[in-house]
Amino acid sequence: MATSGAGDLRIAGVTKTFESFTAVDDIDLDIPRGSFFALLGPSGCGKTTTLRMVAGLDAPTRGSILIGDRDITTLKPHQRNVNTVFQSYALFPHLDVLDNVAFGLRRRGDKDWKTKTHEALELVQLGHISGKKPAQLSGGMQQRVALARALVNRPDVLLLDEPLGALDLKLRRQMQIELKRIQSEVGLTFVHVTHDQEEAMTMADSIAVMNAGKVEQLGDCATLYEHPTSAFVANFLGQSNLLKVAILGSADDGLVPAATHGTALSISAEHLPPGATEVWLGVRPEKLHLGVGGGPNRLEGMVTDASFTGVATQYLVRMPWGQELTVTQPNDGSGRARVGDNVTLSWSPRQGFILPASEAADAGTEVEGG
Amino acid sequence: MAEAVLRAPRRETPSAAVRHVRRNWVPYLLLAPGLIWLLIFFAVPTLSLASQSLQTGDVDNGFVLTWHWQTYTDALSSYWSQLLRSLVYAGVATLLTLLFGYPLAWFIAHRSGRWKNFLLVLVIAPFFTSFLIRTLAWQTILGDSGLLVDLTQLTHTTFLLDGFKAVLRALGLIANDQLLFSPFAVISGLTYNFLPFMVLPLYANLERLDLRLTEAAADLYASPLETFRRVIWPLSLPGVVAGTLLTFIPATGDYINSVLLGSTQTTMIGQVIDGQFLRVLDYPTAAALSFVLMALIISVVVVYVRRAGTEELV
Repeated sequence: MATSGAGDLRIAGVTKTFESFTAVDDIDLDIPRGSFFALLGPSGCGKTTTLRMVAGLDAPTRGSILIGDRDITTLKPHQRNVNTVFQSYALFPHLDVLDNVAFGLRRRGDKDWKTKTHEALELVQLGHISGKKPAQLSGGMQQRVALARALVNRPDVLLLDEPLGALDLKLRRQMQIELKRIQSEVGLTFVHVTHDQEEAMTMADSIAVMNAGKVEQLGDCATLYEHPTSAFVANFLGQSNLLKVAILGSADDGLVPAATHGTALSISAEHLPPGATEVWLGVRPEKLHLGVGGGPNRLEGMVTDASFTGVATQYLVRMPWGQELTVTQPNDGSGRARVGDNVTLSWSPRQGFILPASEAADAGTEVEGG
Repeated sequence: MAEAVLRAPRRETPSAAVRHVRRNWVPYLLLAPGLIWLLIFFAVPTLSLASQSLQTGDVDNGFVLTWHWQTYTDALSSYWSQLLRSLVYAGVATLLTLLFGYPLAWFIAHRSGRWKNFLLVLVIAPFFTSFLIRTLAWQTILGDSGLLVDLTQLTHTTFLLDGFKAVLRALGLIANDQLLFSPFAVISGLTYNFLPFMVLPLYANLERLDLRLTEAAADLYASPLETFRRVIWPLSLPGVVAGTLLTFIPATGDYINSVLLGSTQTTMIGQVIDGQFLRVLDYPTAAALSFVLMALIISVVVVYVRRAGTEELV
């Protein structure tokens, strides 16, 4: 059963509207079998609705969902070989841990349910509490029961709906590593919905960043981080400094002369749209160096804030035109700046990314705080 | 006393010991009205009833406590059939209220949207008229020229009514062609009158049921029927137990339905007790029957609650 229908999960042209509100707007996703895939986005972006449509709990308004060659769009949830780890866990309060985990296997009449259930409980390291009721367990334990209850069925696709949202930070880190370990151990397709970019990047092989019902960008973590294609992705995944840059010439040895607010820079020609005269140049805070050691691109400014975060210190540096740039310096013993100091920022031309000038520079920033 | 308790915080802080004593008193003080009420209106009458059941004598010459246990065996041998009938009628009516009430409570709790409060008011609306009037209304519904007959004639569905009657006759719930004054009429009356007592506790329970659990069950390969059997029903058991008890216990002792809708063939134990107390004036027999009824109900309830196993539920 677990292998017969298995294959890539394909979401083809799926749209979901609730009355006048379009929650998911014509998205296409191909999720390879056995991969750990994350749907990342702010709340209300349609990621949970997408997940519920794969589970069969909501029906798409248009489009189809396939596993391998099998169209599952119209199948009822109990007819799909797909299981979900719910955000609320949704453990059955009247059943003990063993019966909760065995629920799916017994509904399918699996003769071997006892052995499989015990194996699943061992996998999540809960073999010793199989007789307890969910209410007697801590949040972390409930989370692992919910995971075991879904995993034990060896579904074609395992869906995780913000499964770590209710856990405290330390436990969350621990569970992220554990989830990743379990996924590579059992080799199932995991689709993980989260609004936490760090969580998505820690675990997922590839990420689809969603915004307002659409997929903004799809790719592996490094690509999304180093080469975001929209201001929303640039701001939602980590922090970005976006500088308005005028293109002053043509490429020479892969570099293009440019200027921002009267300061000459050179930028990589690689992702530059042909014929562009003005673009956004994005530079991540950790790519900027205090001092001149970072590369030929230099900007002068004054430190307005410095906050020590342990492994690094984060500075805000005000440019002569008023914009404040964020700079992250590792605490590796190099010199530190104080508030009020005039500093030079430098970076290498290849460590930036280009966005079209038409993008709104603050897209995706207001949701980052949440 | 109450005033002193209220004013206490405004005075200088009393010593810890004084405060401790005062706090210990408060629960008893709050319990007192209820306890006194129970003592006067339950414990004392129960004891006097117990004593009455073991007395001999008559109304004119007075009763004397003679520990005459034979009253119990005599009463049981004369009226066992009415006792049994009461339990059966109440049991059937309870099952029917559950059958009608469960879907209704589910609908109100999860499917009624903005009509929820309106529907709840409708459920308790019958309480705005008296029990007696509501039961009498069933005479005009089930009568030979009553609403039911009129309605079937109007809609040319008399054959449906005839079929229904044939089924009832086969089940022994009506004797001839008459719907009224039959076991069917009594059970219908009981079912109707006690339906709100089933619906309200079920509603309170089902309304709290987290629908995400039914989604989880569906996600774990449970068909809608299996979801009901494995998740919804077990979680609703406390509501089912509360509803069935609130229906079964008063229905067993009820006699209005049997008096107004039944015949001499449908006499329930409440009718017998009423007659013995108020017409025959055989107080010991009436008291003994009351005690037997109480004992029967308590044992049925204890076995039932044990079997339902609700103490295991959260």
